[in-house]
Amino acid sequence: MKKQAYLVLADGSFYEGFSFGGAADAFGEVVFNTSMMGYQEMLTDPSYAGQILMPTYPLIGNYGVNGQDDETDRIQVRGFIVREECMEPSHYLNQKTIHQYLADGGISGIYGLDTRAITRKLRSVGVMMGMITSHLTPDEALAELKRKPDYGNADYVKEVSTKKPYVWENDKPVEYKYNVVAYDCGLKYNILRLLKARGCKVTVMPCTSKAEEILKLNPDGILLSPGPGDPEILDYAVKTVQGLVGKKPIMGICLGNQLLGRAFGAKTFKLKFGHRGGNHPVKEFATGRVHITAQNHGYALDPDTMKNGLEVTHINLNDGTVEGLRHKELPIFAIQYHSEDSPGPMDNRYLFDRFIKMMEKK
Amino acid sequence: MTIKNKPRKVLIIGSGPIIIGQAAEFDYAGTQACKAMREEGVISVLVNSNPATIMTDEDIADVVYVEPLTVEVISRIIEKERPDGLLPTLGGQTGLNLAVELADAGVLDKFNVRVLGTPIQTIRNAEDRELFKQLLIKIGEPVPRSETVNTMEEGRRVAKEIGLPVVIRPAYTLGGTGGGFAHTWEELEIVLNSGLTASPIHQILVEESVAGWKELEYEVMRDGGDNCITICNMENIDPMGIHTGDSIVVAPSQTLTNKEYQMLRTASLKIIRELGIEGGCNVQYALDPKSERYYVIEVNPRVSRSSALASKATGYPIARVASKIAVGKRLDEIPNAVTGKTMAAFEPALDYIVVKIPRWPFDKFASGDRLLGTQMKATGEVMAIDRTFEAAFQKAVRSLEFGKKTLLWEDRKWTLGTDINTYPLEPTDLRLWAVMAALRRGIAPQAIHDKTNIDMWFLDKMVNIINMEKRLLSQPLTPDFLREAKKCGFSDEMIGTLADRLPEQVREMRQEWKIKPVYKMVDTCAAEFDAATPYFYSTYETENEAIAVDRKKAVVIGSGPIRIGQGIEFDYCSVHAARALKEAGYQSIMINSNPETVSTDFDTSDRLYFESLDEESIRDILDNENSNNADGGNGNTPSIVQFGGQTAINLADPLARAGMPVLGTSAECIDLSEDRRRFEQFLGNLGIPQPPGAGVTSIEEALKVAKLIGYPVLVRPSYVLGGRGMEIVHNASELSHYMSIATDLNTGHPVLIDKYLEGKEAEVDCICDGETVLIPGLMEQLERAGVHSGDSMAVYPGLTLTTAEIDTITDYAVRIGLALHIIGLMNIQFVIMPEHPLGGAAVYVLEVNSRASRTVPFISKVTGVPMVKVAVKVMLGTSLKAQGYETGMYKRQHLVAIKAPVFSMSKLVGVDTHLGPEMKSTGEVMGIDYRFEAALAKTLLAAGLMLPREGGILLSISDRDKPEAVPIIKKLAGIGYKLYATEGTASMLSAMGLPVTMTTKKLAEGHPNVLDVIIGGNIQGVINTVTSSGTVMRDGFAIRRTAAERRIPCFTSLDTARAAIDILVRDKHDYHVQPLASYRNRRQP
Repeated sequence: MKKQAYLVLADGSFYEGFSFGGAADAFGEVVFNTSMMGYQEMLTDPSYAGQILMPTYPLIGNYGVNGQDDETDRIQVRGFIVREECMEPSHYLNQKTIHQYLADGGISGIYGLDTRAITRKLRSVGVMMGMITSHLTPDEALAELKRKPDYGNADYVKEVSTKKPYVWENDKPVEYKYNVVAYDCGLKYNILRLLKARGCKVTVMPCTSKAEEILKLNPDGILLSPGPGDPEILDYAVKTVQGLVGKKPIMGICLGNQLLGRAFGAKTFKLKFGHRGGNHPVKEFATGRVHITAQNHGYALDPDTMKNGLEVTHINLNDGTVEGLRHKELPIFAIQYHSEDSPGPMDNRYLFDRFIKMMEKK
Repeated sequence: MTIKNKPRKVLIIGSGPIIIGQAAEFDYAGTQACKAMREEGVISVLVNSNPATIMTDEDIADVVYVEPLTVEVISRIIEKERPDGLLPTLGGQTGLNLAVELADAGVLDKFNVRVLGTPIQTIRNAEDRELFKQLLIKIGEPVPRSETVNTMEEGRRVAKEIGLPVVIRPAYTLGGTGGGFAHTWEELEIVLNSGLTASPIHQILVEESVAGWKELEYEVMRDGGDNCITICNMENIDPMGIHTGDSIVVAPSQTLTNKEYQMLRTASLKIIRELGIEGGCNVQYALDPKSERYYVIEVNPRVSRSSALASKATGYPIARVASKIAVGKRLDEIPNAVTGKTMAAFEPALDYIVVKIPRWPFDKFASGDRLLGTQMKATGEVMAIDRTFEAAFQKAVRSLEFGKKTLLWEDRKWTLGTDINTYPLEPTDLRLWAVMAALRRGIAPQAIHDKTNIDMWFLDKMVNIINMEKRLLSQPLTPDFLREAKKCGFSDEMIGTLADRLPEQVREMRQEWKIKPVYKMVDTCAAEFDAATPYFYSTYETENEAIAVDRKKAVVIGSGPIRIGQGIEFDYCSVHAARALKEAGYQSIMINSNPETVSTDFDTSDRLYFESLDEESIRDILDNENSNNADGGNGNTPSIVQFGGQTAINLADPLARAGMPVLGTSAECIDLSEDRRRFEQFLGNLGIPQPPGAGVTSIEEALKVAKLIGYPVLVRPSYVLGGRGMEIVHNASELSHYMSIATDLNTGHPVLIDKYLEGKEAEVDCICDGETVLIPGLMEQLERAGVHSGDSMAVYPGLTLTTAEIDTITDYAVRIGLALHIIGLMNIQFVIMPEHPLGGAAVYVLEVNSRASRTVPFISKVTGVPMVKVAVKVMLGTSLKAQGYETGMYKRQHLVAIKAPVFSMSKLVGVDTHLGPEMKSTGEVMGIDYRFEAALAKTLLAAGLMLPREGGILLSISDRDKPEAVPIIKKLAGIGYKLYATEGTASMLSAMGLPVTMTTKKLAEGHPNVLDVIIGGNIQGVINTVTSSGTVMRDGFAIRRTAAERRIPCFTSLDTARAAIDILVRDKHDYHVQPLASYRNRRQP
């Protein structure tokens, strides 16, 4: 039977819907994503740690959940908000409903609310903390919510990063040509898959690794992964990155881009409602080309604080924020968007080839 | 910013008349292209033969030619205008074909005209199946395996290599006759044989079958900097095997994973890059529902019907952006007009689901073959937007405007039981109702899936609708429950039917319980950015974004899907009405359900509601618009119902009953003109004659009336509109036959019998303000009465009418306009009989329509009177006098303009092509010049009816028409035409001493028969007048169908034939080619 639930936002507004998935109360920063498909990939994307995710597309779960589309070993979001969850999915790969998937992962969802109204609120007021509850009244939930730490103050990177180093052994075997270290602040499988497909043996190192530990593996190149949260509180990671620059070719993705920026002294700031979706246009200055990109970030680098040889190479056409940078002399480049897609357009995988080229040149 | 290689002057080719497969979407595309040129500072020269288009308005393009779309004409335009660019990608297949022909003729090289958008080689590559296949193979994109063979043995070998199932496609047969699927080796033998036999060159294509696979479409764009984006993808509910134009389609795709979506998206971008298109392109795929395998099925290197749909589904103006790209702009240099903030270089995100359902003409063509396949048959389509599939689907069905045929409709002929095989689940226009009926009776969705291959996702959603139906039948209505039903898309009418209430009672409940729709915005970005577009759809949720503006405003009710009898002309009128409102300082609010049109462009009106055109949705919108009006009850927003065809005028009465104001002619006066009995009395009081007639309900009564008024009589059921079921009956036995069918179909409603006056027919469009009646122009029909006015050639300013007759027509029109209290537009049709020797009436009124007619765009263009604008101003209170117009016939232009109908008969198997009182044409062309002959020549060229200088003609003339046909045939023989004739006609010819090249046998009597002659390629035209008896009629039908399918001009009216042959026998077709305005201004070149 339908069980009533509320989404309560930190500004005191609340929306009535019905509970699905897990039953526990969920707290997190409420964010929206405009991709029309790829919910399984999104749910398992570590960059959503600490957040309650709301797809703007109203019909979610249509093709169920399959054994191929997970991007990590677990659901990473704190909660899930949808207009409608599909109870009769249809797809030859389908293994379970979105409801079952969330329930198995112990993650709470809420459906049946006006998600467009909530999106409009978040885009005009900015993202904020929220709670999904099927136990409390909106007032009780709001009081509870006020007691929770703010999203920006928590380190979710340590939570999502691997605890121990490992080598990516999945996928079909290839002839290894390069040794790559992936510095894991919230890696997605598809980064590993795409690197391996290009002949890279990838060793994944925890976010707590020191630069020396990484360099000890003598990699041909280092990939700085995406990840969740405010880069300003990740001094330990910045320090690791500082120890890596100049030593090896480096490619940074998303949080990796921000960590690189910080490593050279740039500042980051929080975006009002972030960039989350698969349709963001990014312009590359060098070529004048526009790329459609997959994005998932709530913070951006301040272009006015670029220094020490760093320069902005890409900007977002919608709001002009920094989408990529490189070092004028060192073999270092980074992008704020997701060249590994999954979900999203596959147009930007060539950036991994660029990383390979950088390692070749070395 | 300076644009590289920006052309100075661009020639844009329109798509010509509306035919099935090439409809209003190209007016939308061409109009956007012209606007884009203006914004980019490029001079636009437009050519189109279709006057009922916004693009041919003289304020849309810089120079407008309404001329036939032939290489000769366009060459002359190029020579005169000297454009440096040609944009052929907005005019459908017509535009592309002409571009290739112009290139082949060397015209483009000679005058240094650059083809913009799509390279000529790409057009060739996409057209030629083999070239296209090679190109795809080269870039590693999969195509279905196939091979052309000429023998059974080869066929078996290829089938073995490919593996079953295969599909056999015979070469050079229309509608795929003789082809089909082979699932077993036994079937293969049969289909190979029938295919080889059916093909005149004994050649067939044996192709891997992907029937039942998912069918998907992607709309992609590319600019000169090689930036590529996807605008939208769409999924067909009807799987592979049915033309996408005939499929129910959703956007975005619903059953694809991200991986599948991206796989096909990536392939699309690869293809548009390889083709080198700078602009828009449509790619169609078949995707195996059980694996990652897919095939590229088709590429359209131009904007298309699908791109129009994608534009309306996403808000992204594809044609406009494609046009800007064609003149050198890059995607990141073009602003996104929807948000006003971001750029065109992005991919729209939808936060709703869109459902498109085709509108087929089988309500008009009951005899047509309803089976859907690779040949498109729909004349139009509707689109609906909502936040759930159930609601969008139900709304789309409402938008089809089938009246009582809601989603609950079931054919009385269906056997509705537990045996799935009794449900007509084969692909036809009725399948969606059949699926619903089967689900309603407990047939498992899985079983329906097995039979139809419709994805389970859609069937499960339909089950949700059925479950709600069942609850509505049994559960009492409560606020929560009613809201749930509304969320599921149930109309008040359906809820009323199921819950045993009147629709009005359901509405009252909703008012009481505050259950009303909110309106959400189509903004291209899923609310990520604040958008400025006033483009809305209804849904039952919480937040309303269409906040009413408290200012002077009015609603324009559009005309819905394009159908025979209600075409693009009414969209033209609606667009002009919105514009006139804006000019008058009103907020213009457009309501329409048709994605192909200019009216549903978000910048046509100040606010667009993409909604069904039924009472419920119009009243809901009005309630929303009235919610914020300062002066309460008096501030109700008025509606304009005169421009949206019968759809809109039918809403006058319900709106009036709901207390909603209607601008212009009152609902009461509209009713008077539509109610036959009241109208007869009305005309009687004015002393204006009408053909004698009466309404009857029995055969006996009918025979009595017919005897009294004399045969032939015109008969029609009283409850249908647009000439449906209308026939001319010549004797008592025909009348009995008609009555036995009509009374059976239509118990209770009378059948109308009128004296059929076979005279000259004429019509006028008028504007009235209560004091002044302006008649901008008169049209006389080339065909005599009895051919539906929409299927007749109409000549401005008349052809044979005497001054006295024109004076009478003017007098009648003025008196009717005043007495009917028409405020706005009116159309009157007359029949003119030769003066009776004893005096007596010569001019009769056949029909009065108190609304815009389909000739309004034609007359507006020909006379220069902007009729819709003038009419709207009148409705808003500015008198005709104040606008500078006087009572009576407007000054006659010194030109001749002819409007000719165009048919889509080759696409509608089983439909008889002969002209009669029932309208059959889908579009129109105009020929305009200073002299009648020149105008007629151009009209015939534009309509594809021009006979070549020499050749053969097949004659099969009914006895009744033989005497009249003699002079026509003599003329043909005189210029050396070879005469082929059926037996009776041949004897007549021999008796006249004319040489008969061949006398054909009856179909049942061996060869060579009439069809052999047509198929044999010896004849270039057919004259066949209709008789209504036995085998002759059957043969006649076969003649007309075969001619239609071979696209050979077939004249079923001697009047049209005479005109065509008169033109032929003159030696030179010296017509002018010049801008439309020049004819009016009489500026000879």
